[in-house]
Amino acid sequence: MAKAITAGLREALRADDKVLLMGEDIGPLGGVFRVTEGLQAEFGDHRVLDTPLAESGIVGTAIGLAMRGYRPVIEIQFDGFIFPAFDQITTQLSRMTLRHDGSISMPIVIRVPYGGHIGSIEHHQESPEAYFAHTPGLRVVSPSSPHDAYWMIQEAIASNDPVLFFEPKSRYWPKGPVDLDHSGVPLHSSRVIRSGTDVTVVGHGAMISTLLQAADIAGEEGTSIEVVDLRSLSPIDYGPLLESVGRTGRLVVAQEAYGSVSVGSEIAATVAERAFYSLEAPVLRVSSFDTPFPPAALETEYLPSPDRVLEAVDRALAY
Amino acid sequence: MVAQEREFTAPTVQLLTPEGALRPSPEAEAYLPLIEALDDATLEQFHRDMVISRRLDITGANLQRQGQLALWVPSHGQEAAQVGSARASRPQDHIFPSYREHIVGMIRGLDPVRILGLLRGATLGGWNPAENGNFHLYTLVLASQTLHATGYAMGIKFDGASGTGDPETDAAVLVYYGDGSTSQGDASEALVFAASYQAPEVFFVQNNQWAISVPVSRQSRTPLSLRGAGFGMPSLRIDGNDVLVSYAATRVALEEARSGQGPSFIEALTYRMGAHTTADDPTKYRTDDEVAYWAERDPIIRYRAWLESRGASAEFFASADEEAADVASDVRKRALEVTVPTRETIFKHVYSEPHPLMAEQAAWLQAYETGFEGGAA
Ligand SMILES: Cc1ncc(C[n+]2csc(CCOP(=O)(O)OP(=O)(O)O)c2C)c(N)n1
Repeated sequence: MAKAITAGLREALRADDKVLLMGEDIGPLGGVFRVTEGLQAEFGDHRVLDTPLAESGIVGTAIGLAMRGYRPVIEIQFDGFIFPAFDQITTQLSRMTLRHDGSISMPIVIRVPYGGHIGSIEHHQESPEAYFAHTPGLRVVSPSSPHDAYWMIQEAIASNDPVLFFEPKSRYWPKGPVDLDHSGVPLHSSRVIRSGTDVTVVGHGAMISTLLQAADIAGEEGTSIEVVDLRSLSPIDYGPLLESVGRTGRLVVAQEAYGSVSVGSEIAATVAERAFYSLEAPVLRVSSFDTPFPPAALETEYLPSPDRVLEAVDRALAY
Repeated sequence: MVAQEREFTAPTVQLLTPEGALRPSPEAEAYLPLIEALDDATLEQFHRDMVISRRLDITGANLQRQGQLALWVPSHGQEAAQVGSARASRPQDHIFPSYREHIVGMIRGLDPVRILGLLRGATLGGWNPAENGNFHLYTLVLASQTLHATGYAMGIKFDGASGTGDPETDAAVLVYYGDGSTSQGDASEALVFAASYQAPEVFFVQNNQWAISVPVSRQSRTPLSLRGAGFGMPSLRIDGNDVLVSYAATRVALEEARSGQGPSFIEALTYRMGAHTTADDPTKYRTDDEVAYWAERDPIIRYRAWLESRGASAEFFASADEEAADVASDVRKRALEVTVPTRETIFKHVYSEPHPLMAEQAAWLQAYETGFEGGAA
């Protein structure tokens, strides 16, 4: 997936010379995950900016650059370091268009490598997407495959609204096909990525791989699981999900983030409201615990595994 | 261990003495030719601007007291800092204010009623900078505008719109903030970015001695002007109640920025004579002596004395007062006509592109309200 994003960024840089990449160590190093590798050499240091080490500064100056007609694409080095920029993102970036009565737009993309499963240290494995999905004026997406990542990054850059682009870092290395000819589905659409008849499971980012593993195991045991990839967390595209629940009557929502007051909570509430008569069991949530991300030695205990998803599937089926 | 007492000092650059004599401090000598080159009309304009600003303050405070504004933010005492610096800008420059720079906006062509709309609770912004002299929106999260200004200035530089040697097109950014705001991380990050990218920008700090009730001594152990120097840019402390030095110093700094010499930093020493806002009670935290000290340094009295010494007529001063009264009464009248926006406004422009939640919730609100209006069950 990392290479797919690099390729998507390259396309965007080529297509529009107002696109700028900004971030810490994204130049000669190519970013700590090498997602911007080679781009500064190709496009120059006026298009790919190694910034000072200041997250609020990066986002705040990107806002000024966007006012000047640029389309900045920011890399935040790790999930846990987005908080110094939280103020600029939530009180400034998200409201600029509104405060200007629509006379300017904020075409800024903030790329955030996020999530666990890489055995890293404190503040390097978190899933802060709900903070941003909770903020009006922002859009939040997360790809789960190289194909989606390649297309979604280009669509995010083309969007005139600010987009938080959450990259599941444990998925940077696994390979997958990218169809360069067609983009598939629009940026803010969810989709069924595996059909099934008994239970619907829904998630985003790295959780999709966990859900597919769970579906494989369940299939061997004779349970048919349908997997929905959210792809977009703000706005959420409920259509395919509600249709799926209409067919299966059961829903399990899974995420790496904390469970309380999360994207999963929102989905559970909405599906309960809109699909009450289709449901044969309560919507169940599978998430990490409401604790700080533990030392990495404990992360497999902490993060939802295929087994934890299957336990919830069993509970849903037991109603 | 006893903490060592260290003294940090910086000279205060001044052209006009508090009595209104043109007597440059040593660092201000170089500015003299700039002032000598100004024609009478320009010099008189500075006075008109300052009295309009002061008059508007009274109007704003009254409107607030009458319940017509949620808040008024006075600038009595800071007229010279604001007028001099604003008059030093060129049309192509971009101004990023905090929330006290009403006269700066007016000088750039903004109708002050737009500002009253914001303070009246009718809008979150109120004007389009592109149609109002590149005067950007007020910012209520302190110092966040310093970064927007810096990014904008970086953009000017990347566009090759400064440093070309053409004074008609080369542009720069002027950003205003207060002494309290200098403590925000964003204010320091803005200095880092501006210096790193040599952005065409002038940081203009109005040190009005107080951040609501907290004195500047709590924000900084050093003269604030040393901040800029620490980040690697020319830094200056000026007498902010001297409109001539405010004009000259800002003009030189903007010219340097436009011509490609990078950012600079100006601390204007001034004083907020009244309350922080109409919600404040300054008698709780400052002394009468202090206020009296600053009253003796009033920017308008001082400048008027100098204009008089140069032969400005009584009629001129009377006409300036009259103009200010007219502006204020016009603003007052029109401020009362600012209407409540329609309820659809809540959902408008939250996003640039269509967003399903906005459409859904707007439709819901419409149906809900129609239910009452139509009396339908
Ligand atoms: C980040 C932030 N914290 C607190 C406030 C509340 N507040 C509004 S004005 C103010 C004092 C500002 O002082 P200063 O920067 O010196 O500007 P002045 O109002 O004196 O011109 C405070 C604390 C705010 N607007 N933003």
